[in-house]
Amino acid sequence: MSRIVKSDERVGIELIVNGERERVNVGPSRFLSDVLREDLGLTGLKVSCGMANCGACTVLVDGTPVYSCITLALDCEGRAITTIEGLSQDGELHPVQRAFVEYDALQCGFCTSGQILSMTALLEKNPAPTEEELRQAMSGNLCRCGAYVKILQAGMNVNR
Amino acid sequence: MPKLVKTKVENEGRVTEEYAWVEEPKTTPWDVEEELRVVGKPIARVDGVERVTGAAKYTTDIQLPRMVHGNYVRSPHPHARIVSIDTSEAEKIAGVRGIIHSKNIANFANVANIRFANHRDFFNDPVRFVGDEVAAVFADSMEIARAAAQKIRIEYELLPFVLDAEAAAQPDAPQLTQNGNLVDGKPSTYARGDVEKGFADAAVIVEGVFTTGAQVHSALETHSSVAEWDGKTMTIYESSQDVVGVQNRVAKLLNLDAARVRVIASYIGGAFGAKFGAGKFTLLGALMSNKLRRPVRFVLDRKGEQIAAGQRSATKQYLKLGAKKDGTLTAIQLTNYNNVGAYASWNPYTEGPARELYACENVQTTSYGVFTNTPPFAAFRAPGFVEGIFALEALMDELAAKLKMDPLALRMKNYSSVFPENGRGYTSNGLLDAYQEGARAIGWEEKKNGKRETRNEKRETRNGIRRGIGMASQIWYGAGAPPSFAIVKISTDASATILTATQDLGTGTKTILCQIAAEELGFPIERIDVEIADTQAGPFAGASGGSMTASSIGPAVREAAADARQQLTQIAATILKKRAKEIRIENGIVKTRDSEKSVAEILKEIDNMQILGHGSRNPNPSEYEIRTFGAQFVEVAVDVETGEVRVERVVASHDSGRILNPLTVSSQIEGGVLQSMGFALMEQRVLDANGASLNANLEGYHIPTIADTPKIETHMIDRADPLANNLGVKGVGEPPIIPTAGAIANAIYDAIGVRFYDAPITRDKVLDALERMERGD
Repeated sequence: MSRIVKSDERVGIELIVNGERERVNVGPSRFLSDVLREDLGLTGLKVSCGMANCGACTVLVDGTPVYSCITLALDCEGRAITTIEGLSQDGELHPVQRAFVEYDALQCGFCTSGQILSMTALLEKNPAPTEEELRQAMSGNLCRCGAYVKILQAGMNVNR
Repeated sequence: MPKLVKTKVENEGRVTEEYAWVEEPKTTPWDVEEELRVVGKPIARVDGVERVTGAAKYTTDIQLPRMVHGNYVRSPHPHARIVSIDTSEAEKIAGVRGIIHSKNIANFANVANIRFANHRDFFNDPVRFVGDEVAAVFADSMEIARAAAQKIRIEYELLPFVLDAEAAAQPDAPQLTQNGNLVDGKPSTYARGDVEKGFADAAVIVEGVFTTGAQVHSALETHSSVAEWDGKTMTIYESSQDVVGVQNRVAKLLNLDAARVRVIASYIGGAFGAKFGAGKFTLLGALMSNKLRRPVRFVLDRKGEQIAAGQRSATKQYLKLGAKKDGTLTAIQLTNYNNVGAYASWNPYTEGPARELYACENVQTTSYGVFTNTPPFAAFRAPGFVEGIFALEALMDELAAKLKMDPLALRMKNYSSVFPENGRGYTSNGLLDAYQEGARAIGWEEKKNGKRETRNEKRETRNGIRRGIGMASQIWYGAGAPPSFAIVKISTDASATILTATQDLGTGTKTILCQIAAEELGFPIERIDVEIADTQAGPFAGASGGSMTASSIGPAVREAAADARQQLTQIAATILKKRAKEIRIENGIVKTRDSEKSVAEILKEIDNMQILGHGSRNPNPSEYEIRTFGAQFVEVAVDVETGEVRVERVVASHDSGRILNPLTVSSQIEGGVLQSMGFALMEQRVLDANGASLNANLEGYHIPTIADTPKIETHMIDRADPLANNLGVKGVGEPPIIPTAGAIANAIYDAIGVRFYDAPITRDKVLDALERMERGD
């Protein structure tokens, strides 16, 4: 639902972040990435390019991966947001996280939270993707270290 | 007693003699055949969980109360004198805490203590490239810092500028420094034998002019620093390959004892050679934190990262080879221009492969490192060698074609079993094995030479695709060197901790150090912790670069673990009433002929105690040369309609001595291959006629994606080099990036019969060449 907010106005909104209700005050130009990182201290997502090229800022909004660096926080009012911090349950790694460790699907790790969330969203919809489907779904997440070979291996083996 | 020795240290092709303080060795190298328990096993990263859960804190994640934010104002001109800077309007904005620029920096204490190489300064006047730092604004938020930057009025007087390196090397070119446009004032030259005679003796001569583009590191974490002054200690969080380097520089700037500067680089979001030492932003941030008594965060934005944080320099290389009919090289001659941009502290070693790879008696090289009004150079993973191999290995293929020889056979013909510059032997040299293993794995003989009636017959086009195969060789350093120190602590709970101020750039350093300590101590790896990248926690270790981390700090960790194990053995012997030599420790169990007790049970007898083992890296043998070697074989598919080149398969075979962890080594290989593929096919900074970057972002500057990723097969020679160090290890970080690009260019030639002399080989170049071929040009 859209509404009109003045540029210098701050609006209190509620986000459901990793299952918890969080109340934040945001201006109309505030990005979701900044609210999550700066206001809520969820620094697992990274802002690297700031213009939706690299995918390091990927989070799930109602289960769909989005670039949080270009998503307005106001547009997420009342929606369910999953960050990397919310993926493991009761100290147990999510199967995608486990596969990333086991197959060494990361090097410096800066892009990793985005990679994992993109893969998680794909596997929710398509639990047994082909390698081509994985490549397609993951091609919005850059990795400068070049962990792609291992990311593909991880993706092909999460549900095996 | 420890002693002071002189030792040869190489880094990125620069060799120096340095003092090192070393102890008597406590270990002997593991035998080549020795079965090791933990070392050599594919163990998952010890910090994997932190890296997949968001728990790993990078510099850009550090948030401190009352943090001030730094932001640069950059020059819009390629070369200009600064007539005036008016900050009065900017300073009126609430929340602006300070503005530093060339006209006022002298007011800040001790900036004169800091010298930069080759006439660089905190803020150069004249500015030397579009993007050069003119001022730094510090404010309560980035928004305010950006708004204030807009309000600074700067008057420039434009100067003539030069963008091309060869043009800038001419005497009438606009001058960038008082000392002219060459790094160190002159070209680097080298000669052995008589190159003229070598060409006179040649049956075949080939020549080529090659160019390579400026490749930008594009680390996903931009250069960043957070400085926090608490009145006594300056703490710097920095995305850095060299925490001790940052510490020394900041201490000098602030006139503090080094111990009063603590540098932390727990997690680093990519570096690739561009994050050595303290950045200017680090030093400026530290100055402001000291002045304001508030934490200062200085993080480059993406545009700043892509313009001003370094690059693999563009090159132009004039290369000429001569050979006898049987393929024996008689002469190699290279003149190259490295466009190091506005600033560089050294000239990358583009001529390295021409000098070192092949057994050739007559070699002459002249390398110009040339300043131009373009973005500055910084080391980028095997600086010079990716570029040098691209040219050398392309021309070797041309030579093979002219001689009607198999390209691989030509290389093996010119293999050098000794270091060709001085005739010294190598500690180990697996190049021939790498050639053979790579050729076998990819099916070279069948794919390159079979199926076609004659060797140089054109490939068939099937479904609009022409496939080809190519290869290239690799030589590089990676010996490691002292000084490097480590401590291994054992606590009464039978856990051990490694302490050393090295860094883990994502290469897996922490993991291999834990493996080494576990092996030497006889502990399970789960009981080993490691604290690195904190100058307050660990003893000195060098910068992580030059493929030197494992081979520098790894041996020191083994020494420290051996020291700790000897002490633990003494303790166990006393408690068990045995002699020390009757005791073995395996997997956390203290074993004698007639008893087995866990280390924890033994140490329970003692309430409070700590074993402190210390170790240092021993010097390299002076009578040998140490190099890493390798070869890569590549299959490509060229779409003759679109000009797209797809790399389908890469076989990478490398000799890096003993493999400590095949899982993380294969990750290093794959990453190097992909970055080199980017260099070969897509990556290039594009400047307009005024030197402004047109692709200073990750949209217009293309790095490989998962969709571009070929099948990459790692075939390590995996033979320990006990002459090199006590682990038998050589470096692996840079070797894999070196040959891929050259091998791709050779595979493209094999596919479509066109030789490309200019990297990156983009679609437009391929299409253009195919069209010209069709027209019969």
